[in-house]
Amino acid sequence: MRHVRRFLALAALLAAPVLAQTPGVTPTEIKVGNLNPYSGPASAYGTIGKSIGAYFKMINDQGGINGRKIDYISYDDSYSPPKAVEMARKLVEQDQVALIFQSLGTPSNTAIHKYMNQMKVPQLFVATGASKWNDPKHFPWTMGWQPNYQTEGSIYARHILATVKDPKIGILFQNDDYGKDYLKGFEDGLGDKKSLIVMKQSYEVTDPTVDSQIVNLKNSGANVFFNITTPKFAAQAIKKAHDLGWTPVHYLNNVSNSTASVLKPAGLEASKGLITALYGKEVTDPQWKNDKGYQDWVAWMKKYYPDGSTQDNFNAYGYSVAMTLVQVFKQCGNDLSRENIMRQAANLKNLELPMLLPGIKINTSPDDFAPIEQEQLARFNGEIWEVFGDVVASTH
Amino acid sequence: MDIFIQQVVSGLATGSIYAALALALVMIYEATDVVNFAQGEMAMFATYIAWSLINAGVPYWPAFFGTLAIAFFGGLVVQRVVIRPVANAPILTVVIVTIGLLVIFNSMAGWIFSYVQKPFPSPFPKEPVRLGSVVLGSHDLGQIGVTMLVLSCIWVFFRFTPLGLAMRAAAQNPLSSRLAGIRVGWMLALGWALAAMFGAVAGMMVAPVLFLDPNMMAGVQIYAFAAATLGGFTSPVGAVIGGLVVGVVENLVGTYVSFIGTELKFSVALALIIVVLLVRPSGLFGRATVKRV
Amino acid sequence: MNTEHTRRSFFVAAMILACVLPFLLSNFRLFQFTQAYIYAIALLGLNLLTGYNGQISLGHGAFFAIGGYVAAILMDRWGVPYALTLPIAAIVCLAAGFLFGLPALRLEGLYLALATFALAIAVPQILKYFERWTGGSQGIVLIKPAAPFGLRLTADQWLYFLTLAILLATFWIGGNLLRGRVGRAIVAIRDNPIAAQAMGINTSVVKAVTFGVSAALTGLAGALSAVVVAYVAPDSYNFLLSIILLIGIVIGGLASISGAIYGAFFIQFVPNFAQDISKAAPWAIFGVFLIVFMIAMPTGIAGAIALIRNRLARRRVPETAPATHRPGMQATP
Repeated sequence: MRHVRRFLALAALLAAPVLAQTPGVTPTEIKVGNLNPYSGPASAYGTIGKSIGAYFKMINDQGGINGRKIDYISYDDSYSPPKAVEMARKLVEQDQVALIFQSLGTPSNTAIHKYMNQMKVPQLFVATGASKWNDPKHFPWTMGWQPNYQTEGSIYARHILATVKDPKIGILFQNDDYGKDYLKGFEDGLGDKKSLIVMKQSYEVTDPTVDSQIVNLKNSGANVFFNITTPKFAAQAIKKAHDLGWTPVHYLNNVSNSTASVLKPAGLEASKGLITALYGKEVTDPQWKNDKGYQDWVAWMKKYYPDGSTQDNFNAYGYSVAMTLVQVFKQCGNDLSRENIMRQAANLKNLELPMLLPGIKINTSPDDFAPIEQEQLARFNGEIWEVFGDVVASTH
Repeated sequence: MDIFIQQVVSGLATGSIYAALALALVMIYEATDVVNFAQGEMAMFATYIAWSLINAGVPYWPAFFGTLAIAFFGGLVVQRVVIRPVANAPILTVVIVTIGLLVIFNSMAGWIFSYVQKPFPSPFPKEPVRLGSVVLGSHDLGQIGVTMLVLSCIWVFFRFTPLGLAMRAAAQNPLSSRLAGIRVGWMLALGWALAAMFGAVAGMMVAPVLFLDPNMMAGVQIYAFAAATLGGFTSPVGAVIGGLVVGVVENLVGTYVSFIGTELKFSVALALIIVVLLVRPSGLFGRATVKRV
Repeated sequence: MNTEHTRRSFFVAAMILACVLPFLLSNFRLFQFTQAYIYAIALLGLNLLTGYNGQISLGHGAFFAIGGYVAAILMDRWGVPYALTLPIAAIVCLAAGFLFGLPALRLEGLYLALATFALAIAVPQILKYFERWTGGSQGIVLIKPAAPFGLRLTADQWLYFLTLAILLATFWIGGNLLRGRVGRAIVAIRDNPIAAQAMGINTSVVKAVTFGVSAALTGLAGALSAVVVAYVAPDSYNFLLSIILLIGIVIGGLASISGAIYGAFFIQFVPNFAQDISKAAPWAIFGVFLIVFMIAMPTGIAGAIALIRNRLARRRVPETAPATHRPGMQATP
């Protein structure tokens, strides 16, 4: 059987010019490839890949898109670049997928970036907040999705400059490209006022606590704190700052603003006054309890992804991004060639999704490969994240 | 001066986390001559069991001791089922088996309990203790206390009880021990059971601070190895002192040596350990193995 | 005599298969095989140190990283042709390994293992720190080389042949070394260091040099990996890599040259296979594989094969012949 398959694969390769028009597509099926870390140090993100699969299952149950069901093939890359290259090649060369969707992690995506563009396969809606995916001129086959970290960092910087008198800024950041990307956006947003940063402290994911760094930050006399940490460390940082009696104006990055997983363990009292930037509805925030979009999401989780946690924002993220791809497919109609998939992905106009904040719209164009560029600032009042101000667009 | 004291205090608190797991590592090494790479993951899994009990409505202390009992039996089972078949294999083979256990426990925890971090209750009061301008978390103090208690139990057990002596003999010289009438197989199983139990204590002590998720112990395990290496794998006291030293030194280096800062403080801690090892190759308190020609 | 003959024909058959494979398999499969060969070279290095010389290293991922980054920086910053970066990376790692081997002389067994483990853990942090050279967390993106001299081969086929050639060369050199006086000295130090010293072997020099050579081989593999994957980043070289290398030599078979190849194929293909079995907990399946393998074959795949061959050989030999005790190159507990 394997010989037959191999022969067919060889024949397919030879017949490439003819079939290249619509690889991964038949009248009844679209093959969608995905890379996710189901094992290894980043396996917490694996639930995104699973939630996407669950969403596609629902779409398939509802009859698919234009009569085609989605064949979702997701491989584990363990957050390791060589593995990502191997699995991406498997998807493209062996499984012959139409596109690779939501590959996760900056290292993995960087590793396959050139390859995907050389092979002219869409690397669509990558799951990272790095800013380099919005470069249609040089990399026309790669597109991001979420507001990138640099955008968010600069939003905070501009808010500080506008609202805090005599700011002295202390920063805690994770020592990897996620942390450094936020940092860069923040520093760029400060412009020539970078010297307002009085102390930067980093930590590694393998560090058990960040208590020592918080002590140092408090001691630096900072009255503004930019907290670039993943959920576990965010909770620790908030708690320790509170215990030490340090009450700066506290900006918390979007990755860690879960009410149930971060703020509650840190202490709801301790979290009062925290400021973050939102683009999606935070799933443990009580203000969405009666919101239809939220309720639909919960119903979907219960039916299609019962193993998943309804407290995990990643599962809402996967839901929304899968929805975006389905919209792209709908716009493609019957032309699901790779070129048209990219064309339609670059042709999203004012798309609103039920789990995004009201007012946030997805927009793309041939020059603009950043679907979500808007965020809204919110302040935690002890119970919910209260949005304030206007929806802010990025300047990146 | 204040910040120095605060950093030392924070370092002691973090260090006691390392010490707690290091004790379990040393325990198993003393009792079975095996370095158990899965110690941290087993501790994490036991903590999840405790969490499940508490979530089901069981009050803290019954859940705590219930988990200890479950961990005890779990350790026994693991030793009999997985470790015993490779008892006579080269030592690296056993290491690979423990690595297999590591990934199994980690993966199963993620699958059963998901990766969302969960808060874990602490039996100690919430309010921090303030001495002047220095703040100590009450839980941190409690944790140091519990670690010391466990340490004393282990120390007394190995030094002064016949069972402890029998276990050490079984680990170091199984052949002679058998001739002396010691049931080596059960001694090894008991060693694993006790280590699993102490690991569970460590897990439940650190979870309130680190928050419970399947990768909770990943970083701690590395530090625990460093602590046990520094202190000497054959010395429970060494493990604790090693842990505290690593915690404090790391913090002080990160704070005061500015060109290293926080980005390299872990590497520096490791470098220091290697330097210590060069001077005392069996660790600070370890027993130097004497080779007879 | 008979076994030597079967061994040789087996080897020839494997060689023919290996050379024909690139024209039968898809580019993607070739890529996987190339990666397996790269692992095999790395494992040969580690096995030399740990299997044959008894110095347990949990830190060889560090040398793999050094080799990879040396190659990447040379190619990216100074445009050094990739073929030249390979020997340079090997030499750099030879020096690094030797330098690490010197203080390692003081450490025994467990403590050496943990000291090397510390090295493995520190490497990603250090790589991120020297951002100006290493590109920090972003890593360095490289260009995948095409086949030279206008050969009608795809890049993957060319890299496959290149890697295969290097594999054969290193294994041939390594094999000859280990079967000769040097090899016996190395093994003697493992089995009985005091007797070895009494026989006049300069254990310190041999041990440190072995460390160096072992690092050089693994570094060479790392450099090859950088060329083939065309990307290096600190995430490629975390401590899991060192653990995977250790798994490779133990499962493959300690103190065995063929063991390096079995181990390499195990660590390359079994995780993928585990993934196919279960997406929910792929690592758990991999863990089960590890445990089952180790219980069934405590001396690794090579060990198991040798055991089977011995049993078959014993059956063929008539009962009057004395039991030949082969001075085993097998690891003894």
